[in-house]
Amino acid sequence: MKLPKLITGDMQAGRVVPPTGVIARLTGFTAGAMAFLAVFALALSLASGRLADRWAAALADSATIRISAPPGQMETQTRAVLKILSETPGVASANALTKEAEKKLLTPWFGPGLPLGELPIPQLIDVQETGKGFDAEGLRQRLSAEAPGAVLDDHARWRRPLVRAAERLRLLGLISIALLTGATAAMITLAANAALAANAQVIRVLRLIGARDSYIARAFVRRFTLRALGGAVAGTGLGMLAIAVMPAAAPEGGFLTGLGFAGIGWLWPLLIPPLAAIVAFAATRFAAFRTLRGLS
Amino acid sequence: MIEFQNVAYNYGGGELLSEMTLTLAPGSFHFLTGPSGAGKTTFLKLCYGELLATAGRVNVFEADVKTLSRDEVARMRRRIGVVHQDCQFLDHLPLAENVALPLTVSGRAVTDTDVEDLLNWVGLKSLAGHRPPELSGGERQRAALARAIIMGPDVILADEPTGNVDWDMSQRLLQLLIELNRMGKTILIATHDLNLIRNAKAQVAARVLRIRNRRLHLAGSDL
Repeated sequence: MKLPKLITGDMQAGRVVPPTGVIARLTGFTAGAMAFLAVFALALSLASGRLADRWAAALADSATIRISAPPGQMETQTRAVLKILSETPGVASANALTKEAEKKLLTPWFGPGLPLGELPIPQLIDVQETGKGFDAEGLRQRLSAEAPGAVLDDHARWRRPLVRAAERLRLLGLISIALLTGATAAMITLAANAALAANAQVIRVLRLIGARDSYIARAFVRRFTLRALGGAVAGTGLGMLAIAVMPAAAPEGGFLTGLGFAGIGWLWPLLIPPLAAIVAFAATRFAAFRTLRGLS
Repeated sequence: MIEFQNVAYNYGGGELLSEMTLTLAPGSFHFLTGPSGAGKTTFLKLCYGELLATAGRVNVFEADVKTLSRDEVARMRRRIGVVHQDCQFLDHLPLAENVALPLTVSGRAVTDTDVEDLLNWVGLKSLAGHRPPELSGGERQRAALARAIIMGPDVILADEPTGNVDWDMSQRLLQLLIELNRMGKTILIATHDLNLIRNAKAQVAARVLRIRNRRLHLAGSDL
């Protein structure tokens, strides 16, 4: 039983089974609801993936050393820190930020007219790590001994659990889709079994006049597959619409504003209706042949 | 066509049919009679594979029914037209589609003319668009006969085809079956209507089989 033939041909096979009314409508509704939820699970998974990737990229980037010292010692301590960093394994490069660069960083908070020279702004040193990274604890001890005003902020370390959390969230999204798929299959199997039981007499008549199992199964499979496909198209459409009208993701936005699809990611939900149809096809076919095998 | 070799059938609660040996030759006309519950319907079901013998062997078209796959059983049933006691239609389809159903399920082309001709032959042309529940008992029996023969089967099995119809209608159905036999079809009618049998024997060389004490006997002048 080929899927295209199932969709396009043999309308007569579908006609031999009387309309199943409520069962068919419930199948469509179930598939629609599951597809709607699957869109959100997919959006969650993709957003989590993007978040994990972004944080992971930041993790690989850098650490910062902040030097707070009296004006007379600032330059000495900065040189000392740069020397320590040049000798520390795992440090690829270290650059003290210029006053201009620091001013640029602070502008969003204090505005453009910041009198940087009059404020006790700490000196920042941007540290780029090698792939293996450095021994943060060892570096801290050395800094406290040789440059007491220097504080190592290895922000990458606190991001690591966040990245792990985002990756778990992505996995949970995928697991949710798998569970929704399984639940859809289970519900369609139950609905198909109910339809088969309700039409036991029809099936018997068809067998007695020489219908093959594949013909009888096709009548049910076609109906449930098309119902599931229709429901899933509607559910997916509504789900995508709901995602589209969510507030747009912005760099300063939190995780929730980033829940959505980006670029080619909008194509992923379009896989949900065919997936629902395939699940319905397999579930109904399984149920139909199992029932038919029990008949003479 | 159909051959029983020492066949027995056990329902689980005891043996219903026992030591049955019979051959239905091509073009033959048989009646199967016996009291209610004797096993006439079971005998017919063994003929078209709805039930399988618990002992012995049933050959249909030279194949042991027990060895046939489900698809082979379906193909075998396309060569056997069965008129069931309760007719068994699909109530949601009009009469014409019900009659054409064997053609539909076997993937053969259905022409309106063929179905119309057949309905005309059984006197139901004007009811082609009606649904089965709208038909009388006699009309349903004739429609069942039309459905049974639309595939041009080699064998026609009828289970109490006149059970729910009046005398005139039973004679009309009998005439249709005799006409089919004259066309070369093998006919087996299960009935307890002895008048029907007597009437038929006056017109066609029919053998009468009787199930008594679980066994098959050839009935004679006692009818």
